[in-house]
Amino acid sequence: MALARRVIPCLDVAGGRVVKGVRFEDLRDAGDPVELARRYEAEGADELTILDVTATLEGRAATAAVVERITEHIGIPVTVGGGVRDVEGVRALLAAGADKVALNTQAVRDPALLGRCAARFGVQCMVVAIDARRRREPDRPPAGTGWEVVVGAGRTPTDLDAVGWAVRAAAAGAGEVLLTSIDRDGTHLGYDVPLIAAVAAAVSVPVVASGGAGHPADFLAALAAGADAVLAASQFHDQRLSIGAVKQYCAHRGIEVRWP
Amino acid sequence: MPTAPPVVAVLDGGTGNLRSVTAAIRRAGGRAVVTADHRVAREAAALVLPGVGAFDPGIAALRSTGLDRVVRAFAEEGRPVLGVCLGLQLLHEGSDEGTSPGLGLLPGRARRLRAAGSVKVPHMGWNQVAWTTSHPFLADLGSPTRFYFVHSYAVPMGPAAVASTDHGAVFAAACARGSVFATQFHPERSGAAGLALYRRLVEAARCS
Repeated sequence: MALARRVIPCLDVAGGRVVKGVRFEDLRDAGDPVELARRYEAEGADELTILDVTATLEGRAATAAVVERITEHIGIPVTVGGGVRDVEGVRALLAAGADKVALNTQAVRDPALLGRCAARFGVQCMVVAIDARRRREPDRPPAGTGWEVVVGAGRTPTDLDAVGWAVRAAAAGAGEVLLTSIDRDGTHLGYDVPLIAAVAAAVSVPVVASGGAGHPADFLAALAAGADAVLAASQFHDQRLSIGAVKQYCAHRGIEVRWP
Repeated sequence: MPTAPPVVAVLDGGTGNLRSVTAAIRRAGGRAVVTADHRVAREAAALVLPGVGAFDPGIAALRSTGLDRVVRAFAEEGRPVLGVCLGLQLLHEGSDEGTSPGLGLLPGRARRLRAAGSVKVPHMGWNQVAWTTSHPFLADLGSPTRFYFVHSYAVPMGPAAVASTDHGAVFAAACARGSVFATQFHPERSGAAGLALYRRLVEAARCS
């Protein structure tokens, strides 16, 4: 297959700066978003994801100004999410330069929103972002595949089965699933590979694996499990890993990647 | 004396992201004007018909603004038109995505891509594009070159195809007829290779 698997650095943005926390908390400053975006493009990033991590909690729209500055300066696709509530919010981010917009909490509250946005903008620019957590008591009803959807920036459990929600969201109009393991987010313990495998097998749209990348082998494991793209934030920000090193590792093991 | 940058009109269908297109035109040396006004478009040296959204609303937006007639006029006069993604599909005869007829400046219809196993739909990401016919817009680019795609519908290979890509099935990655050139991929989101294509468009605009 000639389609390259994508390596996607994620910029978690708050107040115009890039931040990073562990398990969605303890945010710390990690740099200027435009500077980082340009560096990543030069290093071979296949796409960028910008998440406004404070948006939902503070009830404000994602920072369109940051998106405008970034998309003006780079020539690769950009996905933006965080606190998007309605069709107008999606339109505003697309107008600011986003190629795709991710819905998370609001899509759970109002699944028809995905359909309304897809009808207007096309499924190819609608992403459902799913924050999933392993159930601590997997036998407790309602029965599911073992992961539940958590909304509100990782703070509000929903009892919704993560795999089932991914299927419904794709049917409703999401053209991609951005799948984050809250248990692994920021831990560098590796992606939640069974979660990725379960979702990738259940949907026919691309799946982006997120949460827990530490070593190049983690990226390979997620891709081997069926992820179409792998996302990481702090490993790239802190230069513990380069995008090139991840691609080289995966390419040597038979994964199709793109060289800039 | 340096010549003024040629004006490239980006046709605004009201469905979203035109900033990446205008930024690419500027980087390629042109002056980008986003417009839904057929009089403004008529005065430009070249047109870009961008593509975000669904087929029927896309065609409806062109018809309601009279921009469909401007695109036809450019094609008849041999002035450059670049269609991108949905723009490529709108230039064809129709699409399975909708019921409206397309502009019909390129032969064939868009069909839905089929997902199967590891072939996901939408087709999203950097895929290889191989040139099947030589074209001046492709002169700077090796074959195959990777470009960024994001779409669920595609036009099968036909007489106007100049490049092919494989995603479950082989489809037309780029088509050309006269002064009309169209890509299923997004050159404005395809780094240096995409920028080379926009440079060719701006060059053609300068001569038109």
